[in-house]
Amino acid sequence: MSHSLESLQNVVANLLDEAKQQGASQAEAAVHAQSGLDVGVRLGEIETIERTSDHGLGVTVYFGQRKGSASTTDLTPNAIKETVEAACRIAKFTSEDPAAGLADADKMASSIPDLDLNHHWDVSADDAADIALRCETAAREADARITNSEGASTHTQATAYVYANSHGFVGGYPATRHSLSCSVIAGTGDQMQRDYWYSSSRLANKLDSPESVGLKAAERAIARLNSRKIKTTKCPVLFSAEMAGGLMRGLFGAMRGSAIYRDASFLGGKLNEPLFPDWVNIAEQPHLLQALGSAPFDNEGVATTDKKLIDAGHLTTYLLDSYSARKLKMTTTGHAGGVRNPMIQSTGQSREALLKEMGTGLYITELMGQGSNTVTGDYSRGAAGFWIENGEIAYPVEEITVAGNLQQMFQGLEAVATDNDIPSSYNTGSWLIKQMTVAGN
Amino acid sequence: MTTPLDLAKATLLDKPGLNDSAINKVMDRLLSRQIDAADLYFQYSRLESWILDDGIIKEGNHNIEQGAGLRAISGEKTGFAYTDELSTNALLDAASAARAIAHHQQDSHFGLKSQRNAKALYPAINPLDTLSESQKLDLMKKLDALARAQDPRVKQVTVSMVAAHDTILVINEQGEMAGDVRPLVRMNVSVIVEQNGRREQASCGGGARTSLEFFLNEDKAEGYAKEAVRQALVNLEAVDAPAGMLPVVLGPGWPGVLLHEAVGHGLEGDFNRKGTSAFSDRIGEQVASPLVTVVDDGTMDGRRGSLSIDDEGTPSQNTVLIENGILKGYMQDKMNARLMDMPTTGNGRRESYAHLPMPRMTNTYMLAGESDPNEIIASVDKGLYAVNFGGGQVDITSGKFVFSANEAYLIENGKITQPVKGATLIGNGPESMTQISMVGNDLKLDNGVGVCGKEGQSVPVGVGQPTLKIDQMTVGGTAA
Repeated sequence: MSHSLESLQNVVANLLDEAKQQGASQAEAAVHAQSGLDVGVRLGEIETIERTSDHGLGVTVYFGQRKGSASTTDLTPNAIKETVEAACRIAKFTSEDPAAGLADADKMASSIPDLDLNHHWDVSADDAADIALRCETAAREADARITNSEGASTHTQATAYVYANSHGFVGGYPATRHSLSCSVIAGTGDQMQRDYWYSSSRLANKLDSPESVGLKAAERAIARLNSRKIKTTKCPVLFSAEMAGGLMRGLFGAMRGSAIYRDASFLGGKLNEPLFPDWVNIAEQPHLLQALGSAPFDNEGVATTDKKLIDAGHLTTYLLDSYSARKLKMTTTGHAGGVRNPMIQSTGQSREALLKEMGTGLYITELMGQGSNTVTGDYSRGAAGFWIENGEIAYPVEEITVAGNLQQMFQGLEAVATDNDIPSSYNTGSWLIKQMTVAGN
Repeated sequence: MTTPLDLAKATLLDKPGLNDSAINKVMDRLLSRQIDAADLYFQYSRLESWILDDGIIKEGNHNIEQGAGLRAISGEKTGFAYTDELSTNALLDAASAARAIAHHQQDSHFGLKSQRNAKALYPAINPLDTLSESQKLDLMKKLDALARAQDPRVKQVTVSMVAAHDTILVINEQGEMAGDVRPLVRMNVSVIVEQNGRREQASCGGGARTSLEFFLNEDKAEGYAKEAVRQALVNLEAVDAPAGMLPVVLGPGWPGVLLHEAVGHGLEGDFNRKGTSAFSDRIGEQVASPLVTVVDDGTMDGRRGSLSIDDEGTPSQNTVLIENGILKGYMQDKMNARLMDMPTTGNGRRESYAHLPMPRMTNTYMLAGESDPNEIIASVDKGLYAVNFGGGQVDITSGKFVFSANEAYLIENGKITQPVKGATLIGNGPESMTQISMVGNDLKLDNGVGVCGKEGQSVPVGVGQPTLKIDQMTVGGTAA
């Protein structure tokens, strides 16, 4: 069963009507329908064929300053009625909250630009399997040291999404996402190493070739063979572009309004303060055509706009939704649902040039665990990558940790490379950080 | 007596009007190709959550999910489709999609043959209704006030309460039907404390497969509030953690996340069938110190990780994974057990009807040893004593695993001295297990807070262990 945008608009219209009838002074609802195909292969054979099909709706009602929420996977009229009833019942018990309510009506997106996010891929299971098989075969045949495989998979999904609220705002758009991934194992016995690669896009014809994804997975796994520990030391660290995206996530987590008003962020009181060296600029572009992170409006119907997040090293904004904005006596920045297509400006060097600049240090290509603390900025995570001597890769390293504090790491950012090659909505090259503590032997 | 299976049938078959002939029709469609195994998994779950934050009951949410997942297996190939509509036509469509994994036609004359009622490890109740709304909210407000009253340095308190009522029914290609009603409750208290401009956060919580009254008994929830404040205040005094290889003493209970990461995932059947685990082909070998015996036990009454039956209808088990350091067995679902020619162990679990089952842990813990915990600490000249942890992660292929301490102390000359800041510990699973040189007599299970993620699917789990000493482990502090 597939739902058109119009049928979802009817669903939310019914929801808002029902909420009004049940006495809500304000209400908002979001509904989505997703369908897709996931085909996995392993060792040259099809392993799984999975048809996905999900629906969901969520409604929040306000009775004055009290709110209640409910959600369901069932979009039938009866279920809609019951869901609204459940939300209204919840609202009887929540507290009066002066900051509660919809985002202000004058903040609603007045037009919904077409961001060109919807590109169906009408691929059969057999064709999807062929693509995955090409990918896995390329990985397995890349090198005799590739000994085993966790498989490759082709994935496609199409989603329709509609958000509406009792200001009269109704917005929706269809979007697709397709991906191809591969994970293989190099080495044997207690010298096994696994790595993966992937490609992801709104358009199937913009995916990297299956062979190149497979080859890159194989190269990454092989590069890890004969990894060793290193001595505990303090040294410069280059975070690969993929890992640098995680540091940006750490930054944005600490910029979130909900963390700021709760005094749960190391960035509290730091608005307009210098956070990075003055050459650092981070901006977001929510309306980039075809981009993975694009959205015409945020989760409250507020128009999304291009924004400077870090300007000449200074923190220029928090990431606010209407609730955290009211708590902080500010206005929403259209960040309900997060940052969209953030980009950090590169300092122009290639990764190889940055490794030369670093001289001796650690190049991190994998991080493990959750040791990033938004309250204090303290950072301690498991890592793997390469030891660099005289600007060249000396040998792969593993079973080490890297530790510091995000504030000091941001201040110690020395350069951002041009190697912006990650299929992610986060746009960054590798980050060279002046010094961190590396624990090993 | 009404069994969990009766309740599951009433909710998942009778209510949407799915009679035996509808089930037969769907199964015949699913089995009309050359299929070795197949199942229908029906689920209806209700979840209610409340959040107290900033001194007020800020949010409440009520969620209903229902649907059915249909799986067809042919050799090592799996076809899968699901629907959130419980109608014969929607199920038939999903059956057509799932059976496409196999091409050769076969005849099927499906009929239901047997119904399995396993021993129930928890009451078949709806925990959402086990306290009135005012009782729920009063308890949350009481915890907020209690946490704030502990110390003037407490600046922010967040209390959450979640109750889930999950009803499942599974029918397999043999005509066997099994059902379960799974209550699950969880509370958490999280606090932020501040002193001279320095802020620290800590949280404590618990849960079980039972009624919400669980939190009122023995002032259980009040204990979470006090414990969260205690931990946060300790962290205000914490100095930089050491960096490098040190002896590490882990406290009892939740630090058992060590076992979950260091050996648990690596002993799941799928990775071992595929030969991608650092423990592959090592049954019968010494993989840990002789002091180490680890089990995965899904049969414990009412625990968060327990299951009367797994998501394939197999009764859960107490499975010995490592006995006196020797690798004994893997955790299996049906498909991996069949392909490896090993017994199923009741570890076939899935996040929901919209996900495929795979081998997953239940409650994984290490049995008690003989050492007095004080002796274990006294045996260390310079090391780390870690008693509380955040999450962990493992690369099952290289065996490397991490887990992050959020309450830890230095041990100096056999004595616990200063608290140190949170730090990640990293090791190699098989190697760390051989480095365990002392095991305490104080086995404790965690409070019922664990969530395990694998291939994008989350399931509730339990862990536990006695106090134990690892001779050498890399501690990821900043004090080099």
